Amino acid sequence: MRKLALSDEILMQVEKPARYIGNEVNMVVKNPADVDIRFCMCFPDVYEIGMSHLGIQILYDMFNKREDTYCERVYSPWMDMDKVLREKNIPLFALESQQPVKDFDFLGITLQYEMCYTNVLQILDLSQIPLKAAQRTEEHPIVIGGGPCSYNPEPLADFFDIFYIGEGETVYDQLLDAYKENKKNGGTRIQFLEKAAEIEGLYVPMFYDVAYNEDGTLASFEPNNTHAKRTIRKQVEMNLSDTFYPEKPLVPYVKAVQDRVVLEIQRGCIRGCRFCQAGMLYRPIRERDVEFLKERAVAMIKNTGHEEISLSSLSSSDYSQLHDLVYYLIDTFKKEGVNISLPSLRIDAFALDVMSKVQDIKKSSLTFAPEAGSQRLRNVINKGLSEENILTGAMSAFTSGWNKVKLYFMLGLPTETEDDIEQIAVLSDKIAREYYTIPKSERNGKVSITTSTSFFVPKPFTPFQWTRMAKQEEFIAKRKLLSAKLKEQLNNKSIKYNWHDAELTMLEGVFARGDRKLCDLLVTAYNNGCIFDSWSEHFKFDMWVKSFEECGLTMDFYNHREREEKELLPWDFIDAGVTKSFLWREYTKGQQEVVTPNCRKGCAGCGAKVFHGGVCYEPRNEAGESLIQA
Amino acid sequence: MEIRIKFAKYDTMKFISHLDVMRYFQKAIRRSGLDVAYTEGFNPHQIMSFAAPLGVGQTSESEYFDIELHTAPSMEELVERLNEVMADGMRILSAEILPPPVPQVKRETAMALVAASSYLVMKKDGYEEELSKEILEKKFEEFISQKSIPVIKKSKKTEAEIDLAEFIFEASAEGKTTEFSGVYENGCAFYMLLSAGSVNNIKPDTVMEAFYAFLGKEYNPYAYQVHRLETFADLSLRKVSQQEIARRIKEGSMPERKLVPLMEYHKY
Repeated sequence: MRKLALSDEILMQVEKPARYIGNEVNMVVKNPADVDIRFCMCFPDVYEIGMSHLGIQILYDMFNKREDTYCERVYSPWMDMDKVLREKNIPLFALESQQPVKDFDFLGITLQYEMCYTNVLQILDLSQIPLKAAQRTEEHPIVIGGGPCSYNPEPLADFFDIFYIGEGETVYDQLLDAYKENKKNGGTRIQFLEKAAEIEGLYVPMFYDVAYNEDGTLASFEPNNTHAKRTIRKQVEMNLSDTFYPEKPLVPYVKAVQDRVVLEIQRGCIRGCRFCQAGMLYRPIRERDVEFLKERAVAMIKNTGHEEISLSSLSSSDYSQLHDLVYYLIDTFKKEGVNISLPSLRIDAFALDVMSKVQDIKKSSLTFAPEAGSQRLRNVINKGLSEENILTGAMSAFTSGWNKVKLYFMLGLPTETEDDIEQIAVLSDKIAREYYTIPKSERNGKVSITTSTSFFVPKPFTPFQWTRMAKQEEFIAKRKLLSAKLKEQLNNKSIKYNWHDAELTMLEGVFARGDRKLCDLLVTAYNNGCIFDSWSEHFKFDMWVKSFEECGLTMDFYNHREREEKELLPWDFIDAGVTKSFLWREYTKGQQEVVTPNCRKGCAGCGAKVFHGGVCYEPRNEAGESLIQA
Repeated sequence: MEIRIKFAKYDTMKFISHLDVMRYFQKAIRRSGLDVAYTEGFNPHQIMSFAAPLGVGQTSESEYFDIELHTAPSMEELVERLNEVMADGMRILSAEILPPPVPQVKRETAMALVAASSYLVMKKDGYEEELSKEILEKKFEEFISQKSIPVIKKSKKTEAEIDLAEFIFEASAEGKTTEFSGVYENGCAFYMLLSAGSVNNIKPDTVMEAFYAFLGKEYNPYAYQVHRLETFADLSLRKVSQQEIARRIKEGSMPERKLVPLMEYHKY
């Protein structure tokens, strides 16, 4: 019998006990006594979300390939379990061995979105690990953070011993070897952290001192330890076809949000949308070899038994071998009852052909993300999707039988005017009008348009990192204006409007561009009961407001001021390849409504060339265009 | 061809819900590479039907489902192939090819055949009470030898008084643990064979609640582990519709039960 950390009685009284028992298909079983390093990997959200994340599956596989390491997992206990663990003083445990996380060598926490930060504190707290790195002793695990939010780690600086800046495939081996070596030599925690600080891409926040100006902006950011580097260089895996990619991903019993095989076809994006952090952070674009992908797809379906496979990338249509790959997947899997899902596909003849093969036209919808309503504003954000693209794409889909369209926009983009907002309504209506140009006898019922808006949040390492974010009341006014404009449209009855919450957006903005002063704010908010903030039923904005007041901080400082070019930004010590001068150039061009061509049309000199690979080194013609085209 | 598969669900897998078990088998069968039949359409799924669902927290060595295959290896090989892809706590015990369907006659699903289930109800360690094992066992024998055990049976909408004695087909205080049931040090294990299926489904907890009421005490469901030993079909009800069964129960004109394990039913 497998010994569980919790009694039957506890498990029978919580929602979905399968979240806490492990034993999933393809779970790695090792004897903890046989390894040198115990690593607990954490996704700080509920199990079904965390189990859907590809990055953890890659790292889980990679760590467990090392004989000297046992990598286990932990997710945020849901509120019912949180209560039980506190009441009974049961330390948070890893799913595999069911043993306390506090006894591990490492606790690795992936930071995928800002609104999980209070959950990070919950994980540490329930694990009975001191929240602040400075309070930890030799007995505690090394707490290491990674993922997209670690590109501005400062709001979490106090809670982590190390941040891993970049892609996990690269320097973890070095780090684990250094740990083992240090342990063998009887070295201390600090000695290990000093060694870690010398490894490229690793940031040890306690080895840096920050000072602020009177206005609250950063005055200086200086290493206080000789082992600490002045800048931390992002780590990139340049060969994505000869690296770790799990052949046997974990298969949970509880239905995960991503209940499917995920095939990451490429990393990075050539598009250069100015609001998009991922598009800048993961430069340069690097494709995986199509034969590698085919082979992994077959192995993963075989080993998981999933009934669906989904391609993953920021813009699938830019993958040069897409046709080959997609038709192969259809031919191979269709007869085995495996569905194929193709998100982020540009709507063209190929996409429509593929979609008609893999989806029920009557039930599926077309998705466009113009992000802005007017061409002017799309030029500002460098979103290379024209009205003509959208209308032609929609029309060819309509004539093939589709009648549902989803549109995604952002409100509050830099330079946005009332007219730009109105154009969202006009564009939504134009698509409906296109549909009704089809003779009634050939139409497939009524058209259904779903227009969704989110509020724009400026992110570090984007050209908009300096820009002022709109205030909550401005956002709400923008949303109301759009609502009213949609009602004025001819086809308003065919258009459904969805929008995001403005309060949550405010906090996202704060943490995205925050500094170390926010560490104490997080502790205060956590102590005031803030947790699972990305879950609307648990989000307590009033408690956040109260916590800001208690800490003497304002959201305005982080969100609503235009930063100057020369301002020292909290994340400036990170070298993400893309240079600050390029970003500023792009910000200026954006304000002038000037478009920058994508990486395959021409090199914009962003700085990612320093990584010696990917699109930057594709063969080019005399005009500077890449000879590799999708 | 249609195959009936019997499996055990034990150890920590008892925390997996029935819905998740169904999803688990859809994936397990694809992993096994068996030549399974899919429904038509854009969301094809395997043609699969489960017998009586098991409550979360209970273990079993007699779970059944039927599945449609285009071609099948020998049943030994099929069992072996499925066991190769099982998680710990799930084991395929046997498989049988069902006779081909009779034209014009709708096949009785595994679910519709269920007429009774036998259970082991074991006291968990750490839930001692003032009554000793011996007294508890003696009291249980007394409890089940009553002529009538009136209880209120609650469903989602209705409450009705039933006589539990009619639906306890067999019971004793001398339950025997098995390979899959787990063993508790205190050794207290009750055995019961209860009416099951869609008409009169009696849960072991209902019996235990009545037993504790008989003792004048409150029943703590967490203090006992329920383990299903076998699931039975009733040969005497072959080809009798559920409505007909309900009518006969009302009339009291049920024929004498002839219970056989679900896996044997098609052999008669």
